[in-house]
Amino acid sequence: MTRKGLLIDYDYCSGCMSCVVACKQEHGYPAGKWGIKVEEKVFMDPGKPDTVRIDYIPFPTEFCDLCAARTSKGDEPSCVKHCQAWCMYYGTIQELALLMEDKHRSVLYSR
Amino acid sequence: MAKTEEGVEIHKMGAWSPGPGCHGGCGVEVYVKDGKVIKVEGDKDHPWYNGRLCPRCLAMTQYMYHEDRLKYPLKRVGERGEGKWERISWDEAFDICETRMNELKEKYGPETMVFSQGTGRDVGGMLTLLAYSYGSPNWTMWGLSGHSCFTPQLAGGYVTQGEFTFPDAAQCLKERYKDPEWTPPKVTVSWASTLNRGCVDHYWSGFWFNDLMKQGTKLIVIDPRCTWEATRAALWLQPRPGTDGALALAFLNVIINEDLVDKEFVDKWCYGFDKLAERVQQYPPEWAEEITWVPKEKIIKAARMIGENSPASIEIGRPVEGNPDGTTVIMAIHQIIAITGNLDIPGGNLICRPAYQVTTYPYSTEEVIQLYGEDLHKKLSEKRIGADKYPLVKSFRAWAQEDVLIEAMETDKPYPIRGMWIQANNPLANQAQDTKRHYEAGKKLEFNVVVDTFMTPTAQLLADIVLPAGAFPEKDSVYCIGGPLNVIKKVVQVEECKSDWEIVFTLAKRFNPERVPWKDVKEMLDDRMQPSGYTFDQLAEKGWDLAPKGHPCGSTPYRRYESGLLRKDKKPGFRTPTGRVELYCTSYEKWGLDPLPSYKEITPESPITTPEIWKDYPLIMMTGRRSPVLFHSEHRQIPWLRECDPDPLVEINPDTASEKGIVTGDWVLIEGTMGKFKRKAKVTPIIHPKMIMVPHAWWLPETEGASPNNYGIWDLNCNQTIPMGHQDKSGFGGGPISGMLVRISKA
Ligand code: SF4
Ligand code: SF4
Repeated sequence: MTRKGLLIDYDYCSGCMSCVVACKQEHGYPAGKWGIKVEEKVFMDPGKPDTVRIDYIPFPTEFCDLCAARTSKGDEPSCVKHCQAWCMYYGTIQELALLMEDKHRSVLYSR
Repeated sequence: MAKTEEGVEIHKMGAWSPGPGCHGGCGVEVYVKDGKVIKVEGDKDHPWYNGRLCPRCLAMTQYMYHEDRLKYPLKRVGERGEGKWERISWDEAFDICETRMNELKEKYGPETMVFSQGTGRDVGGMLTLLAYSYGSPNWTMWGLSGHSCFTPQLAGGYVTQGEFTFPDAAQCLKERYKDPEWTPPKVTVSWASTLNRGCVDHYWSGFWFNDLMKQGTKLIVIDPRCTWEATRAALWLQPRPGTDGALALAFLNVIINEDLVDKEFVDKWCYGFDKLAERVQQYPPEWAEEITWVPKEKIIKAARMIGENSPASIEIGRPVEGNPDGTTVIMAIHQIIAITGNLDIPGGNLICRPAYQVTTYPYSTEEVIQLYGEDLHKKLSEKRIGADKYPLVKSFRAWAQEDVLIEAMETDKPYPIRGMWIQANNPLANQAQDTKRHYEAGKKLEFNVVVDTFMTPTAQLLADIVLPAGAFPEKDSVYCIGGPLNVIKKVVQVEECKSDWEIVFTLAKRFNPERVPWKDVKEMLDDRMQPSGYTFDQLAEKGWDLAPKGHPCGSTPYRRYESGLLRKDKKPGFRTPTGRVELYCTSYEKWGLDPLPSYKEITPESPITTPEIWKDYPLIMMTGRRSPVLFHSEHRQIPWLRECDPDPLVEINPDTASEKGIVTGDWVLIEGTMGKFKRKAKVTPIIHPKMIMVPHAWWLPETEGASPNNYGIWDLNCNQTIPMGHQDKSGFGGGPISGMLVRISKA
């Protein structure tokens, strides 16, 4: 079986939290239990003098099952569908790795 | 409606509030099983958001079935603020409201009752239905100085080009970005919006900026705070709060003096260009640098980017309206859009009209007269608080002016105010500036009603009757602003909650059956929807529709001024007295106001106006940044949302914080000249060392509601150090929501 995963183009992630809540709704996870969590990183941008850079890095946790119930029916994972920045992708690791070629800043998650 | 094998019904509809709290527009699929909403998802077929959805809609099940939701009407049994309530029936609640409001009317006249709303929810139209049926002209956002919430933007657009505009992100086209007539702007400006954190602030979705950037659009961000989009922008300008007017004038100066003007458009379609050109000579970039703290090179660069690239567009955020001369700033920004030839062109600033010209309720003078007769209209505009002072209050939009209103409540002049109907609004936690002053004035009133979804500090402190409102899947309504016409439909009943519409409609009919001729809300909605050619039920089947191309309330043809689609008389041109975009505003001239833009430093406190206060209070307080999960005062009790933005914060620059020995997580005392409050520190370099940002509208529903705690508002509310009485000269705009001076210390 081909391994599946999530690709997150975090250059465009603005920390809207839709993935977080979409996941909780889909799985009925209570507060405190996250299938995906968004971290805020604020630092001085090494590429631009005196300029702050803000990155939001969403990371799926042990409670992410890649939305097995949805994807087995051919639907997208809930986070991918609802991401307001359209910066999340679901597919095989191979497809996603190829996609990564033109994403400046992205992370690939497998499980 | 679709049905799955497991017996789950899937209803497509528009989302609006109550629920997400926002200004609506998105298409959703509401999943219902056994009479209960079990899930809300985005609707991929809907052109506004194409299946995406904000966290607040995704948390609807927690909102709707929250144990603390108001479930049935309540009558206060203790003193106001004591937190003692008794369950009553709807009949009794309506009877009490009718009797008490009629008593007040007999004693003081109908204008004694004020009808206050918040933002977001679809209550504007409803409240005028109730207020006018009862006979009061006083519809308002109680305590919001200068009514600086979208109305200044509407007003500025109205006097300049007869309409308001939004950046064209193809939101009125079915195929959106794929439509061949549309093109992405080369440059777009996000002027003071935290757009990418929340969604719609002004019926325009922040994530469309992301969509545009992906298509090559360069972004300019104007914001005193380094937002996420500022870090992704081609250019970021960081002005001192309250000085956007100076910046706009310097842009005009550069664009005009460097000849970046669209001459053909200006000659043919604008009025008063020479006068404007003369006026802005006073405002070169050097001058603006000193006032705004933005280096002149950046001002020139931004002006050139806007002037040299077509199409370009500008999104105007709410804080622009809160500049001391808010409406004037908005007018200057509209002038920038017009003289660079970006008005109503693909990828420019689109003239926005309600879908098919459907409005939820008659806002226009003509329609009010038609429904209620000349007499009531005359009385409304004469008696409305602030109409004698402010021409825009009298002749543009029927809001009672908030700064004048609070004085009237205190002095009984020009007449006594004795009651208030507060719906979808939590002013004492949210917009009422000088909070104690409003609390004192509200406490004196003889009869107050609050309609909401949860018990709030305002309801605890002021209400005699509290009525439970239904969330959007519990109500029938329509959405019709600047994009598709959406139907919102009732698919479940929760407890005894009634829709905002039903509550208002029932009571309005009791007061004035003749003027509420419809049998029920649906029949009224059918009537309102007539211009679209749909009945409510017909559109409910489809969910939504966009006005077709060529319709004056769609988005194409572009350049509607050329084909006579804007004016009533069908002549080419704009809906203004001169038929042109008025760079020299003839309406302002008629009203005795300066017809050209200008800048004066008139903030009540600032390093420039009050240098002696600046010595002791060396930080400029900004408030009102948006949260991705909390809408204004809402959602503090929704677990999935609150955990993403858990604390009442103050954002402080690391240097400023370390001077005071403050680290992230410390409680901080923030003192202004009028009052003080506490916040938890978030130390972050996104804030200027001479500023702090205080997210507004915090209260803690998990703490005691009864006095003296009142869910913590007296500890946390930043409005306690923001005064009333600093509105723009037109009556709309102003109010130093950002710009007051403060000092901080470790609490
Ligand atoms: S793929 Fe599904 S389970 Fe995993 S983070 Fe996204 S929504 Fe949660
Ligand atoms: S939904 Fe998308 S934009 Fe929003 S926080 Fe998650 S990854 Fe980022």
